[in-house]
Amino acid sequence: MLSHVIRRLFEAMLILLGITIVTYMLLYLFPADPVRQIAGRSATPETVNNIRHQLGLDLPVYEQYWRYLTSLLQGDFGRSYIQKTEVAQLIWSRLPASLLLMVAAISVELFLGLTMGVISAVKRNSSVDNSLMVVSFVGVSAPQFVVGILLLYVFAVQLGWFPIGGYGDAKHLVLPALTLGLLGSGWYARMMRSSMLNVLEQDFIRTARAKGVSKFRVILRHAVPNALLPIIAMIGIDIGIFMSGIVVVESVFGWPGIGQLAWQAIQRVDIPIIMGVTLVAACSIVIGNFLADIIALFVDPRIKLK
Amino acid sequence: MKKNWLKGTVAAIALIASFGTANAGPNDGGSMVVTYKDDVSTLDPAIGYDWQNWSMIKSLFDSLLDYKPGTTELTTDLAESYTISDDGLTYTFKLRNGVKFHNGREMTADDVKYSLDRVTNPKTQSPGAGFFASVKGFDDASDGSGHLSGVTVIDNNTVKIELSRPDATFLHVLAINFASIVPKEAVEKWGEDFGKHPVGTGAYSLGEWILGQRLVFKKNADYYHAGIPHLDEIIFEVGQEPLVALLRLQNGEVDIAGDGIPPAKFLEVSKDPKYADNIVEGSQLHTGYISLNVKMKPFDDVKVRRAVNMAINKDRIIRMINGRAVVANQPLPPLMPGYDPAYKGFAFDQAAAKALLAEAGHADGFTTELYVANTDPQPRIAQAIQQDLAAIGIKAEIKSLAQSNVIAAGGEDDQAPMIWSGGMAWIADFPDPSNFYGPILGCSGAVQGGWNWSWYCNPELDKMAIEADSMTDPADAAKREAAWKKIFTSIQDEAPWVPIFNEQRFTIRSERLDGPDGIFVDPVHIPVHYDTVFVKDGM
Repeated sequence: MLSHVIRRLFEAMLILLGITIVTYMLLYLFPADPVRQIAGRSATPETVNNIRHQLGLDLPVYEQYWRYLTSLLQGDFGRSYIQKTEVAQLIWSRLPASLLLMVAAISVELFLGLTMGVISAVKRNSSVDNSLMVVSFVGVSAPQFVVGILLLYVFAVQLGWFPIGGYGDAKHLVLPALTLGLLGSGWYARMMRSSMLNVLEQDFIRTARAKGVSKFRVILRHAVPNALLPIIAMIGIDIGIFMSGIVVVESVFGWPGIGQLAWQAIQRVDIPIIMGVTLVAACSIVIGNFLADIIALFVDPRIKLK
Repeated sequence: MKKNWLKGTVAAIALIASFGTANAGPNDGGSMVVTYKDDVSTLDPAIGYDWQNWSMIKSLFDSLLDYKPGTTELTTDLAESYTISDDGLTYTFKLRNGVKFHNGREMTADDVKYSLDRVTNPKTQSPGAGFFASVKGFDDASDGSGHLSGVTVIDNNTVKIELSRPDATFLHVLAINFASIVPKEAVEKWGEDFGKHPVGTGAYSLGEWILGQRLVFKKNADYYHAGIPHLDEIIFEVGQEPLVALLRLQNGEVDIAGDGIPPAKFLEVSKDPKYADNIVEGSQLHTGYISLNVKMKPFDDVKVRRAVNMAINKDRIIRMINGRAVVANQPLPPLMPGYDPAYKGFAFDQAAAKALLAEAGHADGFTTELYVANTDPQPRIAQAIQQDLAAIGIKAEIKSLAQSNVIAAGGEDDQAPMIWSGGMAWIADFPDPSNFYGPILGCSGAVQGGWNWSWYCNPELDKMAIEADSMTDPADAAKREAAWKKIFTSIQDEAPWVPIFNEQRFTIRSERLDGPDGIFVDPVHIPVHYDTVFVKDGM
């Protein structure tokens, strides 16, 4: 068990190292010159050269990368070109908002998705099943930008039930969490439905029914826990999807998380921030997958380690 | 002292069509909420150089000079008075007594010297250092080997600034943010983080800054200017999409949508009688143009450039942006001194354009590329230009790229034959025609990485520009304005640009706010002159 964990951790480190190399190279192939962005339109050529030199951007790319990596290993994410602040400080101050949104969105998608999936499977091929699958299909396909604006318009502007964007109490959280969660709930509904259908055809379900256990109890006690297994692994993968989703959703709702930070940094070619957020996102995906693996081990002891 | 050539500008501003409420006399107290999409990058006046922090910095800091609210008329600020020597090379400023920084210390002439030394020191990495190039000692300061030797402290309240060459724009330079006066002890205490902990002498001080969420400006009770500011507090909320900000404003939660009215909602909101009193329109020092790269064939031929100038239907483009602009026929915007109202430019006449193109040997037209920033409405405008060009036989392929990539292409002499400048250029740093020449039409801007995307360089006009900027005597103001007029109309005859329009600015404010209309579309304190805004009675 322990050796498995250590091996996975080692793999995770390698993946992260690979990500730093790829992201760094990609950003430096970007045709826009960050120094021009910092120096502004009125800068003299001397100012531009001076800034380039001070930031070490006149060094060969591999040397710049080595500098970046050694600072990173000491916990230094660098300083934002445009915001003139430590990147670590910027990310740290925004991380709680993103984590809160993510936990809320996962709760939304699990609750909605699993419920829809179970009902669909139990009422297989009925009109309820068909309608729920259409709903899940819409959820999966609707662009989050549109869903976000639509929810804002209906529930905040017209009905006034929730604040129009912003950050603060639980009321602020509902609409962004719903927007982010709706996409995933569609996936979960479909996954859960097929997983349930699989389980419901198993012998032990028939046995339980034959023993006289009520239908409701069979579903909740026997079918659902078994159908959940493949879903757990999916939550890990899901974190990656969330990371791309928060860029859009946080911008629409004015949610001060790292997605919004990334979006602004991309627009302003603020490379240290883009690097920092990419790394944090990559870390969370790696950790999410890692945790999903470990949890699956505990939930289903039949999974054998090789 | 040099107000003569600005008089016309003031008159022009008085004429700006605006339909705001009447000014009912300022109230003191209350607060307002201003929103922006992007995080505020820095409030260090030596570094901040963007749309949103420009006016914020002006409220936190003061310079020796400033502009009267809502106008482009220079006035004294931290300087109580000043004199200019006859040769135009020495400026002596008498500072106001008893002005205090937010930390309680009195501002002195040493602070002026320190601030100007700091902004030109390469370690500060100020994007505005180049503005001070005419001050004696600038070269030593900018290569780090010395400091601005031209700035001398005479006594606690007097500072002398010597120039190495006459510079008629120098008073404007002293009014831009980069010339703000900062206290040495605060800069040294915070180091690189001074921009997050700004200390100035301005009407407001920074109360709170929660990164990525909000900033709170508190009224400076010790502000030297009696009766200003009116509000106790300004709350800036960042990270708000313009559309969401507008919805919140309509809901009474926001007072100023800092990024303006989103284009998609403009018609609906501006036609709604409910907001008629709350939308203020104003001119700005902006021209949107197509640059024609004179170093690339066939735009090296003046006939081709003139033909393109005649081919574009500017009215149609303005209709596409819901009439948020006026037609331009020369590089300078109407608000700028030196603008020539009598100049006719090239009239829209596609038949004549086609004939001229044939005369230049392109009877069958030619193929070229039009670069454009990829944010709405720029690609749509580029399509309109493309259609107009097609009408005279020019096939222009649209290259719609990220803004920074278009700017990068413009800075190379062989990449972008045509660029539509929308979303990128050019808004003047200060209300003087000189700022519309050097960087974008003069030889100094026609360098790799420069902003003269047409690569037009006429040494004769450069010489005339230097002569015009040497006329520092206030009595020569009219002569100087005439010289600039000549320079810009001569350029337009050579047609390196197709001037398309001068964008108008529209600010939407909440029902609660009041103040003269001019301060909501201030040409210098962009977008709003925060110091003079006030809240209506009982709101």
